[in-house]
Amino acid sequence: MTYDAVIIGAGHNGLVAACYLARAGLRVCVVEKNDWIGGAAVSRELYPGFTYSNCSYVCSLFRPEIMRDLELPRHGLQILPYEGGAMFTETGGYLGMFRDHEANRREMARHSPRDAENYDRYLRDLMRHCRFIRPLLMRRPPDLASFRPRDLSELAWLGKQISGMSEAAICDMLRFWTISISDYLDEYFENPVVKAYQAVGAIIGTALGPMSPGTAYVLLHHAMGDVDGNVGAWGYARGGMGAITRALADSFRASGGELRAGVGVERVLVRDGRATGVVLADGDEIRASRVVSNMDVRRTFLGHVEANDLPDGFLKRVRTFKTRGSSGKLNIALDGLPRFTALPEGAPMIRGDLHFTDSIERMELAYDDWKSGHFSRDPFQDMMIPTTIDPTMTPPGKHFMSSFVQYAPPKIAGKDWTHADRDAFGEACIAQIERAAPGFRDLILHVEVRTPRELEAEVGLTEGNIFQGELTFDQMFFNRPVPGYADYRSPIRGLWLCGSSTHPGGGVMGAPGRNAAAEILRDMKRPLDDMRDAYAVL
Amino acid sequence: MTDLRHYQTPLRQTPFHPRTSAANRLHAWAPWAGYATVQTYDDLAMEHSAIRNAATLYDLCPMIKYRIEGTDAAACLNRLTVRDADRLAVGGVHYTVWCDDAGHLIDDGTLFRLAPDRYRLCCQERHLPWLLDSAFGFDVRITDETGEIAALALQGPTSAVVLRAAGFDIDTLKPFRMAEFPFAGGHLTISRTGFTGDLGYELWTTPDLALPLWDSLTDAGALYGLRPVGSEALNIARLEAGFIIAGQDFTPAPHCLREDRLRSPLEMGLGWLIDWDKGQFTGRRALLRQRERGPHWAFVGLEIEGNVAAEGAILYHNRKTEIGVITGACWSPTLKTSIALAQVKARHAKGGNLWAEIYALRELHYARMMMPARVVARPFFNPTRKRQTPPGKL
Repeated sequence: MTYDAVIIGAGHNGLVAACYLARAGLRVCVVEKNDWIGGAAVSRELYPGFTYSNCSYVCSLFRPEIMRDLELPRHGLQILPYEGGAMFTETGGYLGMFRDHEANRREMARHSPRDAENYDRYLRDLMRHCRFIRPLLMRRPPDLASFRPRDLSELAWLGKQISGMSEAAICDMLRFWTISISDYLDEYFENPVVKAYQAVGAIIGTALGPMSPGTAYVLLHHAMGDVDGNVGAWGYARGGMGAITRALADSFRASGGELRAGVGVERVLVRDGRATGVVLADGDEIRASRVVSNMDVRRTFLGHVEANDLPDGFLKRVRTFKTRGSSGKLNIALDGLPRFTALPEGAPMIRGDLHFTDSIERMELAYDDWKSGHFSRDPFQDMMIPTTIDPTMTPPGKHFMSSFVQYAPPKIAGKDWTHADRDAFGEACIAQIERAAPGFRDLILHVEVRTPRELEAEVGLTEGNIFQGELTFDQMFFNRPVPGYADYRSPIRGLWLCGSSTHPGGGVMGAPGRNAAAEILRDMKRPLDDMRDAYAVL
Repeated sequence: MTDLRHYQTPLRQTPFHPRTSAANRLHAWAPWAGYATVQTYDDLAMEHSAIRNAATLYDLCPMIKYRIEGTDAAACLNRLTVRDADRLAVGGVHYTVWCDDAGHLIDDGTLFRLAPDRYRLCCQERHLPWLLDSAFGFDVRITDETGEIAALALQGPTSAVVLRAAGFDIDTLKPFRMAEFPFAGGHLTISRTGFTGDLGYELWTTPDLALPLWDSLTDAGALYGLRPVGSEALNIARLEAGFIIAGQDFTPAPHCLREDRLRSPLEMGLGWLIDWDKGQFTGRRALLRQRERGPHWAFVGLEIEGNVAAEGAILYHNRKTEIGVITGACWSPTLKTSIALAQVKARHAKGGNLWAEIYALRELHYARMMMPARVVARPFFNPTRKRQTPPGKL
């Protein structure tokens, strides 16, 4: 039997693409190398009774149009908004973040009254950038060198967006896309803790420090999502991030799709410059008219396609596409809720994101360790305890803690990570938490420590880069992943990309998967009936 | 340090809270700048009618107040605002606005000159960063004093009598002037200002004297119909007076996401405030250019046919072409007419063939009406008692 499409990888984008193609009536098979599905949106029970969010841990970017198109709520998906957070300071204090505007303003005013009031202006400017970028997320970037009507009309559309802006707004936008988050925040804020808190989203998943140009855009990438229209807000997927891919898989099967987990793809079959299927690791062949890879661009073309089938220039671009890993992850089963001494008893901030790196300088020093090929000795952590809101992940009174950590290089001093390196990395993080929450160590029932090594080996992310390629301006929009190939196609006819290596990039967004499916269906001259238009930005 | 548990009470109580909450029979609270304020105490019609018939107390504490002091205070305010702060006499008050570099309206407010080198700016929004940036190079100190002052509006035809009965001699106090009085061991400043377009005063003291002030006025006002009023009654009064509110009648530049929604003072009918001859002020160049080329928008007062308030209605020319929107409207109990404030395209500033599309929900069915709208002068209601000095007896 020949499928209409075989999808390599059951990550969220692969499943989104698979769902749309199956709904359009195609015969679709998803192949997953792991025994479980989910890619980096995965929940596994590594300690009895505890569900983890093993990789990605919060949700905001996932496009609401996709949730609705694919009926994910009917398949069990629930996104729970969460409350605020806190940045602990070295002096034993903290800066809290609150959803309530007044509470948040008063909290910031404890640190700087000026910053507290300027925060509104800062948010306005950030929202202006969001308003520009959001309509781009579910559009195929134009090919600048092409004269095809669709590329020209896409360019004209882009021109229209820009022509509606004032000169000052255009200048602001161009500066914003290239500036470092540190310089950007200096324009609004004076207090180091306030700046550090705002810089959090600008370094996550990125092998850059807060003083590196381009990091302001990374912040935008983390601010442009929403929870039910509340732009910039983040939430938890009820039941862990795996609930997203579980709902996608259920939706896919309900549309008649076929999912094979447990055996990965060895190689994409190519004949006469055209993809004809895949060979699995166990030697089985799956024939398909088109192959859609949810793997990153480097893993796809450097690991699963014969170099001979690819043009040299393309291959060189793929080889130099930046996928430098920068992060690790601790997943911790806890016997009880840790008590952070800085926080008032019962403070709601514990239900949000928690951090210990209270200045831009400390973040930059953490990055310095990465540059010298070592994990950060004073790491930056983006830590959550989703079980403070979600009652489904652990037994009552027990908790699951997720801590995303920077920086962790793909290799330690040029050598592969060893188990000892991994344990030392985990210890640096646990020691940092223990300092803020004495007794924390005694609550630990189980820890899963993940370095770029585990992320690559298990999830398949090259060098452990969580975005399948850095979100820097040089690798965005029509340059993602390779100039001339931003349309989800590749030099091999019938071989498509649908992962975060493609526009609009990483995060549990689903947009790359949907955009790829749209291109495939257009290519087949199929109507996009089951794909609603992206919601307008009013 | 501030109480760490501040988040448990996101809405603060004003110094008058023990009295306002006791009188708030409907428990109708609304947030205003981080404080709980009363929307309606017990009866909207009674409250509005007291503003035009007797005397009313309105808790003004959440109004944002900045103290601007120093040898360069006047010069700094001249750079910040569009009017000449130097020509404002000590003891005087004026209404003013300020803009960003592009001439877009940031906020409006009242400026009090407390001493040659000390002012107070009262406004709707918070502006500390903008004020501090504007003060660059000037010898001034800028302090948010919102929480240090208890402010109360005493408005209505009998307000002067109430003040006299409470022992304050305000007979010679002219509109837009203030005077200081000893009160309960401290000080009370009384300015003849307000947001109702009627005879009225605003009273300024320290928070510790808030309750004694409320009680003394309540006692003195017992024979003169004094009662507290909430924001809803005040809103009707301010519409009758034709006053605008930042965030309702225009979107303040610091919050405005959509560039085409920004408005200049010229576009908000506030061009008369601008002192073109005083020298440089922020936004002057852009406003000069706009004055030459003509603004895109105008702000007008409207009288609408029929008796249904036209809140939020879209305005059309010749029933077809959309030309603006109503930003505030009510049935005016004082004028017995339907009034509105509106942003319209500049070429319709004089009116003519304007129509308001009104949807009235009546028992779950909409009555849709296209009503003629006539541009009229503001204020809609402008009683002589507002200006008389000494104020009339009642």
